[in-house]
Amino acid sequence: MTDVIAVVRHRLPRLSPTQRSFLTMLAFISPWLIGFVWFFLYPTVASLYYGFTSYNVLQPPTWVGLSNYIEMTQDSRFWNSLSNTVYYTLLSVPLNILVAFTLALVLNQAIPGRAVLRTLVYIPVVLPITATAMIWMWIFNTNWGMLNNLLALIGIRGPAWLGSPLWAKPSLILMQTWLVGAGILIFLAALQDVPRVLYEAAEVDGAGPWRKLINVTIPMVTPAMLFTLLTGLIAAFQVFASAWIMTNGGPVRATEFYILYLYNNGFKFFKMGYASAMAWVLFILVLVVSVITFRSSARWVYYGGQE
Amino acid sequence: MAELELTGNVRRPHSTVSRSVRRVLGVLAALLVGIIFFLPFYWMVSTSLKTPDQTFQSPPAWIPSPFAFSNYPEAVNYIPFGTYVLNTLKVAIPSVFGTLLSCSLVGYGFARINAPGRNVLFYICLATMMVPWAVTMVPLFVMFKALHWTGTYLPLIVPHFFGNAFYIFLFRQFFLTIPMELSDAATIDGSSQLGILWRIILPLSKPIVVTVGLFEFNRVWSDYLAPLIFLQRREQFTLAIGLTYFLDRDRPMWNLAMAGATLAVLPVLILFLVAQRSFIEGITMTGLKG
Repeated sequence: MTDVIAVVRHRLPRLSPTQRSFLTMLAFISPWLIGFVWFFLYPTVASLYYGFTSYNVLQPPTWVGLSNYIEMTQDSRFWNSLSNTVYYTLLSVPLNILVAFTLALVLNQAIPGRAVLRTLVYIPVVLPITATAMIWMWIFNTNWGMLNNLLALIGIRGPAWLGSPLWAKPSLILMQTWLVGAGILIFLAALQDVPRVLYEAAEVDGAGPWRKLINVTIPMVTPAMLFTLLTGLIAAFQVFASAWIMTNGGPVRATEFYILYLYNNGFKFFKMGYASAMAWVLFILVLVVSVITFRSSARWVYYGGQE
Repeated sequence: MAELELTGNVRRPHSTVSRSVRRVLGVLAALLVGIIFFLPFYWMVSTSLKTPDQTFQSPPAWIPSPFAFSNYPEAVNYIPFGTYVLNTLKVAIPSVFGTLLSCSLVGYGFARINAPGRNVLFYICLATMMVPWAVTMVPLFVMFKALHWTGTYLPLIVPHFFGNAFYIFLFRQFFLTIPMELSDAATIDGSSQLGILWRIILPLSKPIVVTVGLFEFNRVWSDYLAPLIFLQRREQFTLAIGLTYFLDRDRPMWNLAMAGATLAVLPVLILFLVAQRSFIEGITMTGLKG
């Protein structure tokens, strides 16, 4: 790369320092620039185009205008996958934030074994999703699973979990709460950044633990909440591997989430055009939800800690 | 602090009692959290040591007896476990190398070379993380098929030689913390930017190199979707895909499946325990300190 820069310098001796540093910067970020065009920009534009075509990979795509999008509005399986995904998102994202924040509060106390606990709650995050899915399939097993056997100890007859159309989605949501480690660490970091002096001031004013939580802690961690909310929403809209491995979309399509149906369209039914159109609908949805979340944050996120 | 606590005590006489009650409750809550997070691991390992009879028994044997250690050799032969591990390494090693090479260069460009347009490009780089991967999935498949790359490891490796927005971000954030004076001094001594990166910045950046390397290895070890789409033959599958063959019966041999899962979990678990500081710093860096 130094050679390239040397050549450029030699040929254009009158480059201003600004221009020269611009070229140097481009040279350094060129791997990303190439990757951006090759693996992001081109595929994104191509999928927009495929969305207006009928395409099975074997024959070249044929232009069909809006018909993929029109088909979607009449496709009950599409609406089912969308509503499954919305159900999953609306339950799992707030639940995960609540669990992550609560556990961060627990782990933020000066208690023995805190470091071990912090490690323990993060370990599930680094496990391969296949292994996690297998562990939880076995936990959720109706007859021999750990969950129903634990429930039996307190006299509750557990449902079929993954085998039940009613309980399959809650089961996956429950499993997801085992994977909140990253959120816990982000909240812990935020909690440790809250200036002590704020609590001291609150105590002088006679605030008890509850008031300190509501009036000091929660406002101070709202930036962390915004971060976990945004990343959580984007991830939840794209839930795939767990449902693919554990239920394959069943029973009776109760866990056929958006990406599962999209994947099936693309790689099972070879309706690449329809799959691409679905991908763009998801893209727009994620974008709109993210923008709304971000806009709303002006009203509930407190950036008092930063200058 | 201590004085303020005293004033608090004067105002509310019961607060010493309530303080210790709260302390006990806090410890109990922590204990409960620990047990709940630990139980799935216990269930995995204990099942992996059960005989078939004990596996399918209700109420379950919480402690296997006898310990069926033979499940492990059996599990390794039930699926071509060694081959799958080797395949995963064939993807992981070049991916980690390519990631470190490309992301350190790009991160350096974004952090330490002042040039017009740099921030705009960096924000574009970050924005790509918001786009669902499903958007690029179909065209990437079509493209790799046209290149005759499907059914090889190339689609899983080559893209990682061209940067990854998240790791670029991590490198950039780290490089920004190194004083600019070091670079300035080297420039005066006639060092090129590449020389500065290689001789001055990277030797100071071991923590972030380790963090990104670990994240990337972990990502490859766990990746499910890309191998599912781009690999075709059973014998070339990575471990994350191959493990599911434990499930392809009406009634899976759960004791073998859990032995397989334990073995698949073990390397990342050891890696994490050895280097957890790097993992945790990486995660908290993504939070808010940007």
